[in-house]
Amino acid sequence: MNGSFMTNKLKVSQEKLAEQFRVFIDPDYVITDNETMKPYECDGMSMYCEMPLLVLLPETVTQVQRVMRICHEYGVPVVARGAGTGLSAGAMPSKEGVVLSLAKFNRILNIDPLARTANLQPGVRNLAISEEAAQYGLYYGPDPSSQIACTIGGNVAENSGGVHCLKYGLTVHNILSVEMVTAEGDVVTVGSDGLDSCGMDLLAVMTGSEGLLGVVTEVKVKLLPKPEVAQVVMAGFDSVQKAGDAVGGIISHGIIPGGLEMMDGHAIVAADDFANAGYPREAKALLLCEVDGTEEEVHEHVAQAESVFRKLGATSVRTSQSEQERALMWLGRKSAFPAVGRISPDYYCMDGTIPRRHIAHVLTEMQTLSEAFGLRVANVFHAGDGNLHPLILFDANVPGEFERTEAFGASILKMCVEVGGCITGEHGVGVEKIRQMAIQFNDLELQQFHDVKAAFDPTGILNPGKGVPALKFCQEYRSLEYKQHKHEQTEAAHG
Amino acid sequence: MADLSQQLQEQVLQARTRAEKLNIVGGGTKGFMGREANTQAGTLDMSEHTGIVDYHPVELVMTVRAGTTLSDIEAALAEQGQALHFEPPHFGPGSTIGGTLACNLSGPARPWAGSVRDQVLGTRLLNGKGEHLRFGGEVMKNVAGYDVSRLQAGALGTLGVITEISLKVMPTPAASLTLVRDMAMDEALHYMNRRTAEPKPITAACWVDGKVYLRLSGAKTAVEATAEQWSGDVIEQGEAFWRSVQDMQHEFFADKNAPLWRFSVGSPATNPALGGDWFIDWAGAQRWYKGTAELSDLEVLARAAGGQVSQFRGGDRSGEVMHSQPNALKTIQQRMKESFDPDGIFNPGRLYSWM
Repeated sequence: MNGSFMTNKLKVSQEKLAEQFRVFIDPDYVITDNETMKPYECDGMSMYCEMPLLVLLPETVTQVQRVMRICHEYGVPVVARGAGTGLSAGAMPSKEGVVLSLAKFNRILNIDPLARTANLQPGVRNLAISEEAAQYGLYYGPDPSSQIACTIGGNVAENSGGVHCLKYGLTVHNILSVEMVTAEGDVVTVGSDGLDSCGMDLLAVMTGSEGLLGVVTEVKVKLLPKPEVAQVVMAGFDSVQKAGDAVGGIISHGIIPGGLEMMDGHAIVAADDFANAGYPREAKALLLCEVDGTEEEVHEHVAQAESVFRKLGATSVRTSQSEQERALMWLGRKSAFPAVGRISPDYYCMDGTIPRRHIAHVLTEMQTLSEAFGLRVANVFHAGDGNLHPLILFDANVPGEFERTEAFGASILKMCVEVGGCITGEHGVGVEKIRQMAIQFNDLELQQFHDVKAAFDPTGILNPGKGVPALKFCQEYRSLEYKQHKHEQTEAAHG
Repeated sequence: MADLSQQLQEQVLQARTRAEKLNIVGGGTKGFMGREANTQAGTLDMSEHTGIVDYHPVELVMTVRAGTTLSDIEAALAEQGQALHFEPPHFGPGSTIGGTLACNLSGPARPWAGSVRDQVLGTRLLNGKGEHLRFGGEVMKNVAGYDVSRLQAGALGTLGVITEISLKVMPTPAASLTLVRDMAMDEALHYMNRRTAEPKPITAACWVDGKVYLRLSGAKTAVEATAEQWSGDVIEQGEAFWRSVQDMQHEFFADKNAPLWRFSVGSPATNPALGGDWFIDWAGAQRWYKGTAELSDLEVLARAAGGQVSQFRGGDRSGEVMHSQPNALKTIQQRMKESFDPDGIFNPGRLYSWM
């Protein structure tokens, strides 16, 4: 493999393809007209769109299998799609390809309370799993902010996290097996009911592979017992540095919080305006530290957390005394994105991860960049696991502002890599961050990724152009970066 | 404490030029696993490639060279009140972290604390072309590129030489105690799963010799309160008991030559009706069976229990010892091998005869 993407040879017209699909898929769900296809032109990252050749909504695994066989035969790109809530344009259609919507695979097939597992079709919504499991005192761990809408199939594709990752892990830690249709049209189960399987861990590679390796048609997830008690200790600080130190203080005490979130001053005010969450509005940084477990454990850890926060300079400390109060504290955090959406016509959400100890440095630098680019930025931060979500505020109607926003975003990601982090913690690379892959990986590493892809999908029909950049493209990007760097150096020397 | 990655790289390149094969060996304590080693192949010795590269207790992350022994790692962690929560088995003082990952070995806490695979955040890997590559990183969340680090878990070194590993580490629990009760196996399978479904600080559950053992760990008050609610006798030597399970020093494992089979199955699944001795760990998800049998026969039983079986130790190791792969997955794994190690240098035939 030379690492270049296949492009649709298009040996077959839209009409001829559609005709073949209509043989075995309800013709109403073989969509070829532009008006009906329009909603599929993008995912949650609406700045990137493309119209597909056609859209399919199959209803059975056999249908998916037949679609794959036909697309494989003709070399037609296939972009699998769940709820379309992704934030990296991973489900953006391929112009000459098929969008394979799994929206009709929306059934919870089985919950086994004794084994603590659930068998799910890929279109089951994340939150629906926990709602259904609640009758057994169980829930599904990963809870991305989009959990009302996003689906488990998409969660597998992106290795989604959420606010409880430090303690309960990501999608990869919470699934047992997937049934998938390969690029060549075989149906296989990867993983089992056991906790591990013989051979290479293909399940790990599938998780987070952004639809480039196979089409997931069923997922078996692990369920966890719902903790007896959960309480949030909320602490305000007059500097980000102090809040960052307080995070370290908690961990050093041997406490692993269920959730540990940080917000900066802009995010605090925006979220509080939106949700009336009772946040300390004057604080420069806010920590939400959720402790969960048995009653005794929570009692013990809450007292320790309060004392650590006070000792490390918190200007305010409050602990939720009821479920309503806890829910309200989270509501502010969970509505941070729409809250920021209210104070700006548009916002662009970044997703870098950093080693936690660099948080103060990274946020300070980000402020400097914010001034240099003339764009505001609000920060919400999964402080427990180092995942940053800077929200860059911009106005898409102002010519050039989105381009400036993208450049600002790219600078943030570069900084994340420089301090030992990565360009994406949970949103995926998709189309959006494909250029930044060249910062995090060298050409040999990227080539190895292309080779991994080829092991699953030798002709490259699955979600082409996403996730891993063509090497030629990287060299261009790196040399552009280099020129910019040189230019900045010259400017600095002359200034 | 030395970084030998350059020498290792040269050895791989040399093997490639000379069309030779290499058996990757760390502490040499897991030689009994997998199919028998290729006697024609040379040895790539990892045991001197040691040392902790980076450790920030507050980040809960440690980066180590692959030849570092588990004992050295655990000693460094213990100084900071931390530990490897997946409780890796020490099959000897020389057991290394690299071998632990390649064999995907985890101890009694695995269903609750995760496996070594779960705790891996990043690796450096020498592939068969002698390229030294870096995947993943030192952060908990990282979805850039495929998860090549976790792909290594269970690959038995067939994809490349793991040279460096970044791992998530966790605080040592403040308190721990073990409860024991007499119980028949079938009842115990149900009991262990029912207890696991409760929101209590359970961190190990096994059954052997007509007794079920449960371990509770965490905040002292929580452990004590749970022990009071759950019936069973507190045993004095709880720690020693679990250590013997972790390191397979329990007397059940004493005969090192007899075939020992490992079933990885659905935790509450009905146990296969097979004569012979059983040790049930991981609340039923990992079951050890002592007895003479054919792999293909046991595969049928393992599948019925939702999982797989392997011939973990002993017996004839010239044939297959791992649960067979369906054709489509076999093809993917062969292509994967080809992509990492095109000349088939590393651990030839160790995982499957066809790899």
